[in-house]
Amino acid sequence: MSNLVNVYFFGKKYEVPGEMTIMTAMEYAGYTLSRGCGCRHGFCGACATIYRIKGDNTLKTCLACQKQVEDGMYVASIPFFPTDKRTYSIDEIKPTEKIMMELYPEIYSCIGCNACTNACTQDLNVMQYIAYAQRGEYEKCAEESFDCVACGCCSVRCPAEISHPMVGLLARRLVGKYIAPETEHLKARVEEINEGAYDELIEQIMGKPITEMKELYNTREIEK
Amino acid sequence: MFTAEMLESIKKVEATREERMKTEPRRMTAEEKDALLKAYHPDYRADGFAEIKVGPNKGQKAPKELTNLLHSNSRLLTDKVDITKIDYETDVLVIGGGGAGASAAIEANEAGADVMIVTKLRIGDANTMMAEGGIQAADKENDSPVQHYLDAFGGGHFAARPELLRRLVMEAPDAIKWLNELGVMFDKDEDGRMVTTHGGGTSRKRMHACKDYSGAEIMRNLRDEVLNRQIPVIEFTSAVELIKDDKGQVAGAVLLNMETGDYLVAKAKTVVIATGGAGRLHYQSFPTSNHYGATADGLVLGYRLGAPLLYQDTIQYHPTGVAYPSQIFGALVTEKVRSLGAMLVNKDGEAYAHPLETRDVSASAIIRECANGKGVDTPLGSGVWLDTPMIEILGGEGTIEKRIPAMMRMYLNYGIDMRKQPILVYPTLHYQNGGLEIGGDGFTKVIPNLLVAGEAVGGIHGRNRLMGNSLLDIIVFGRNAGKAAAKKAKTVELGEMNLDHIDAYAKELEAAGIETNDVSPLLLPKYARHER
Repeated sequence: MSNLVNVYFFGKKYEVPGEMTIMTAMEYAGYTLSRGCGCRHGFCGACATIYRIKGDNTLKTCLACQKQVEDGMYVASIPFFPTDKRTYSIDEIKPTEKIMMELYPEIYSCIGCNACTNACTQDLNVMQYIAYAQRGEYEKCAEESFDCVACGCCSVRCPAEISHPMVGLLARRLVGKYIAPETEHLKARVEEINEGAYDELIEQIMGKPITEMKELYNTREIEK
Repeated sequence: MFTAEMLESIKKVEATREERMKTEPRRMTAEEKDALLKAYHPDYRADGFAEIKVGPNKGQKAPKELTNLLHSNSRLLTDKVDITKIDYETDVLVIGGGGAGASAAIEANEAGADVMIVTKLRIGDANTMMAEGGIQAADKENDSPVQHYLDAFGGGHFAARPELLRRLVMEAPDAIKWLNELGVMFDKDEDGRMVTTHGGGTSRKRMHACKDYSGAEIMRNLRDEVLNRQIPVIEFTSAVELIKDDKGQVAGAVLLNMETGDYLVAKAKTVVIATGGAGRLHYQSFPTSNHYGATADGLVLGYRLGAPLLYQDTIQYHPTGVAYPSQIFGALVTEKVRSLGAMLVNKDGEAYAHPLETRDVSASAIIRECANGKGVDTPLGSGVWLDTPMIEILGGEGTIEKRIPAMMRMYLNYGIDMRKQPILVYPTLHYQNGGLEIGGDGFTKVIPNLLVAGEAVGGIHGRNRLMGNSLLDIIVFGRNAGKAAAKKAKTVELGEMNLDHIDAYAKELEAAGIETNDVSPLLLPKYARHER
């Protein structure tokens, strides 16, 4: 085994291999995870974690599945954070500046401290996307927040008590549904299918013997 | 971050790059593919499989780890639960909170049914969240559902159930439209046309994407919609056994609170199994790209109740899992990296195969290269190069950051800049091609009112699945299951509930001479290390 390092899970010391992530190190130490463990590959935000390195007073945030352990690391996971999601009907709301004001008025209490951005485990410019949301610039907000995994580390640190991931999500849904241009070729194809334009063709191909299907498949033309 | 040996090999990759980029590697013939699969695909390794001794698929093979779960005991053999005390009563019970489960719940709610979701972790903790590359649908002028059918049928070795594949391809454009109208931000150009690419084995560019967060973007929209509709979601609560009534219909499930260990009873007129895959069973010791909860629970639940499996002996190994660094070993490197132009290259800088062969073929070719000394050694095995700097040359500087930001971030965390250096990959356990058998209507054929959707289904794809057809199937079959379950629930009259099948199954195990202390479903993999 390679070099061992000392880490402190919830204040208790464990000696673990230094190449491990926080998540695998916890398992190495004997923890069976249910809270605070999700996709294990950095996409789901289940394993929001705070840590501090001995001798350094900076409080840092990370995803336990993506962060390698360091010697002297004091670790606490945040297995659940009560982000404040507002309910709405996506069909009834409209992408106006007003809607953000109605659903997430606290974004206007942002004091510009940038703690959210500093806390982001994805290195997103969180304060900037909140600023875009304040101004009703939903496309910019959507783009800036797109890689958010909703781990909630930003909200934990926010003095204005903003639920940032929920704001970004609302902006993205507004853009996806209302602001991005409509896809004509998609609409047309759905109509064709609904009108039965492919019914006969699909029946035909379903009924072909395997030898004929193999021939068709092996000789099909592939778009460059 | 690379070792000296790796850096030496990178020089060879760089030295051949210009020449390699002048020609597209030849695609293999059908015969070459067959021979390669037989020699190197893990599905052909007999020692990875064991015979199932009980139940509807008795006498057939399944991966050893799955067979072991099918041969394990129900928790309720020893833990007695009073099922006359009902904790939840609903029309439609959805087991699983991934893309299929959430889609089913939304459609059941839309149809006016009472629906609830139970999920052993959180809603959205699912393989759907981790799908990166995209979702297929034949919605462009040069494409058609028939062409999509041909690609998927051939790619799946002509084994897909036609009635299931028909639904998949015919309802694909509507699935994209539905997602778009929920608010999913697909990659589009300024005129609204979808930006689409190839996947392995596609004959048309029909891969729709949301950067390389395609599944995450879909899942977070579905989750938000479930929550907006105020559909009850019971998190950290797994189903450990299905319940039947005295007419032989499914009638609900016994649930386990994952945190307190308490059992609960849910009574339901229809049940949708949407429990996902099995990567965390680590077949043949492969690492996996799958979610923590991917332990084949639904297959065990359904099988013990008498529902047959289909193609349980065929597994998808995604060609490009992370081979190095070890911290992210087995994580998915999306196929989109190859769709955008990166070639697979061996230790000597040779592009040994076309980068967009189907996944089973591509994975087998990587295993072959590594077995024949053409791989690059890593601390946990070996791998081949995925020549990512090609993407920036082909698509222009900034293409990687714009189109596959998650990949770039994952590697940058460990000091590897994939824009400048190639990355090392090796196959990772990715998808169960098989699962519970259903008919074209989404119902199991033998247990009335029991439906299955998503990765827990067998037969949609045959014996191999194309990229982008799984995100598609969870939406198409999830929506269908929700609608069908809601409709059926209107006419269901439940009788008296029982758990008789548990004893019957235990007797079958005993008769087959199987004695075990293991219990199933597994619920979570056993990763905790205990010294004693």
